[in-house]
Amino acid sequence: MTEPSIVRRRILLSLFFAGLLATPVVIKRMPARHSSASGADTKSAALGRYGFFLEEVSHSAGIDFVHHAPTLDRKLDAIMPEVASMGASVSIVDYDRDGWPDIYVVDSREGGKNALYHNLRDGTFKDVAAELGIADVNQAGTGVSMGAVWGDYDNDGYEDLFLIKWGRPELYHNDRGKGFTRVTEQAGLPPWINANTAVWFDYDGDGLLDLFIGGYYSQDLDLWHLTTTKIMPDSFEYAKNGGRKYLFHNLGNGRFEEVSEKLGINSDRWALAAGAADLRGTGRPDLFIANDYGVSELYFNDGTRFHEVGAQTGIGFAPKSGMNVAFGDILNRGRFAVYVSNISEEGILIQGNNLWMPKEGTTGEDLKYENLARDFGVELGGWSFGAQFGDLNNDGYLDLFVTNGYISLDRNRSYWYDFAKVAGGNSSIIGDAMNWPAFDGRSLAGYQTKRVWLNDGAGKFVDVAQAVGVGETYDGRSVAFADLWNRGVLDVVVAHQRGPLLVYKNTVTPENAWIEFEFEGTKSNRSAIGAQAILYWNGQQQVQEVSGGCGFAAQNQRRLHFGLGKNERVDKVVVRWPSGQTQTIDKPAVRQLHKFKEPA
Amino acid sequence: MTERVVPPLAPPPAPRGWRSLLSLDNRYLAPGLITCILIAGHLSFGILESYEKTALAIATSILVEMALGRMIYGKWPHPASAYITGISVGILIRSPALWPYGLCSALSITSKYVLRVKGRHLWNPSNFGICAMLFLAGDTVASLSIQWGNYLWPMIVIWVLGSIIIWRLQRLHITATYVVAFFLFALLRSAITGSPWQSEIAPITGPMYQLFIFFMITDPRTTVRSKLGQCIVVFAVASLETILRLNEIVYAPYYALFVVGPTALLIELWLDSRRARAAERLAAG
Repeated sequence: MTEPSIVRRRILLSLFFAGLLATPVVIKRMPARHSSASGADTKSAALGRYGFFLEEVSHSAGIDFVHHAPTLDRKLDAIMPEVASMGASVSIVDYDRDGWPDIYVVDSREGGKNALYHNLRDGTFKDVAAELGIADVNQAGTGVSMGAVWGDYDNDGYEDLFLIKWGRPELYHNDRGKGFTRVTEQAGLPPWINANTAVWFDYDGDGLLDLFIGGYYSQDLDLWHLTTTKIMPDSFEYAKNGGRKYLFHNLGNGRFEEVSEKLGINSDRWALAAGAADLRGTGRPDLFIANDYGVSELYFNDGTRFHEVGAQTGIGFAPKSGMNVAFGDILNRGRFAVYVSNISEEGILIQGNNLWMPKEGTTGEDLKYENLARDFGVELGGWSFGAQFGDLNNDGYLDLFVTNGYISLDRNRSYWYDFAKVAGGNSSIIGDAMNWPAFDGRSLAGYQTKRVWLNDGAGKFVDVAQAVGVGETYDGRSVAFADLWNRGVLDVVVAHQRGPLLVYKNTVTPENAWIEFEFEGTKSNRSAIGAQAILYWNGQQQVQEVSGGCGFAAQNQRRLHFGLGKNERVDKVVVRWPSGQTQTIDKPAVRQLHKFKEPA
Repeated sequence: MTERVVPPLAPPPAPRGWRSLLSLDNRYLAPGLITCILIAGHLSFGILESYEKTALAIATSILVEMALGRMIYGKWPHPASAYITGISVGILIRSPALWPYGLCSALSITSKYVLRVKGRHLWNPSNFGICAMLFLAGDTVASLSIQWGNYLWPMIVIWVLGSIIIWRLQRLHITATYVVAFFLFALLRSAITGSPWQSEIAPITGPMYQLFIFFMITDPRTTVRSKLGQCIVVFAVASLETILRLNEIVYAPYYALFVVGPTALLIELWLDSRRARAAERLAAG
């Protein structure tokens, strides 16, 4: 080669190298990466631009609830903020069947009181938990609340309460909305668990609600009286020393039989969230479990047995820190996507949240998922916890509300370095709490904002949180959706760890129509958990399913809410009851709630 | 990681007789080991988030090496070095996106051809690529080293195989010096910060760290020549790493090598040129 030729090539090479170095900056500036609307809009501007606005009204609604974290064994003092970092939970229930959603929220401090906010129908709520007997449920020696799920296990028409605890789990029978009776022992529940998730569902279609409970810490640990400090996960991504899973089959006489192992559910991973939905159109609910420190698990349900198909379907391959399970038909194709939240911290740990979309052309036993969170723009939230799908602006597409933030203490000092240092160590080091550096008041992924991802229906979500009024940075955990004031909109309730319960009242542009359905089973379980509604309108369809608990330690309202956009007409709704019965209702009127009872 | 630059080193003389069947050309030792590690890690823990990402990293690395080798030197380079770089990137980079795997490989290989002084490239290619990605794409890329669980046996496997191979390559003293220095500095950090000593030694007990100490810091092309010099340099890496760790820099080892490695090479080159000038003067005088 001649000298000028070599020089030319060297120049080209240098330009190529510079181009490579510039690539990340260019990618960062690409429009797809700017998936958030910046700045707070006024209410009218947000309504005009996005079709809705969320106004925080908890105080004016009579709700001044603040969550307290548990204080565990003193041996864990050095890292107490981390080991006691969960517990804030909210669930929606119409406990007295008056047609107005009520709110149950838990505290996690020994001696702390849970609250049941009864909807007074005038925009305010009143805490009636104490008078109904479900407030003082965190007494010393019994553990503390981590969440609650409601289901009518005895089909008497009233929603009963299962209290998820680190401690003695509790089942409360709802006495026709007038009070609650503790029936834990009669039901045959275990004496002690350390769980953060539970789901009511009728896995065998016998018309009786069964109960799944996912353990987090080992059930052998009394976290207030530890005999060992070796309580931590033995691996950051492959831990299998967590709590066991329980599946309680409802025997119909107020008793439950534990059948998890018999039916194929045998896992000691660190479960944080679970959800059940019929993902394959079999008429039976499948079970999805998001695990901390490891891969998620998906159990296909053939009606008599569960089969773990995480690896086979693609969701159980890359271990992350699963903290949420939410189902949503985000493209209006009649198929559920599954949203699992994880951890993303710039420059340290980029797991990315997962949006598991069913792969085109795969169904039934061959169902496969692919993670399209990045493509859809819902990948990076922060240290994400609870999330829910729901049509917040009634435009006909499900939006996504995601809470973020782990531990907000000293704003200027971070625990990330120490966390990352130990997380990569050998299991004998990571597994012993004594080996973890003291937290010493530092934050870990603290002061993070939430994401309110607006779905454009064409495969892109845009974060509009700030613009629509969601700007606070409390440590979000649990989020639930409900039409709190029967206005045809989804309001949002968020529980925060060591923080307030916030109620976001939603104002939606009136041009967008909506329709809601409330189901009551007869042959199916009376709560109609597992009932699917497939709504057909304007050439599209959307499927939703009545849930017995989803998100993170949360439960949405029982009724199903569909936004319709500017369409004032619905073609039909097809209801698939858990019993297998199918019902079609033609042209149901829009802008109203329809109550359907399962045909006998 | 241990990488050769074009033109490749001449292989050692082949053993004669039956022993030749059991011996491997040294150039294949490191790629062979790292491939075994990858396969074992994937079969036991499923460390490959996706085959596409690892394949992209390896393919990009080899393609860029071939293209640049041909363009700059006019001949096709041996792909072993690029293969190691690609596979290293596939293991050490973590990102939910696909593009960082290709970009990191391309950056790593290209740095060998661009960042050169007197015919030597200054940075270990994958160290440069990973640091560049962490600096420039921290919102998309991380390198938290926990892909292989936190269990003992994968580490033992890597330690045994790694030690044998590094010993065969006559570079075990580098690894040994670093390990001793790391443990001493870990105790020092524990004394300074009050953190449990177990937490300070935790990083080196994770399998991913082993790749750093066996393959990255021992790279023949980016370490100085003398044995003593190599030990001093790697001690300096551990020293700077400690300073960075005391300042809570998560990727302290990568950054320490990023700074110390080229600095040591530049010093060596300067000393070489001084010696050469002195020899010339002596010859002339």
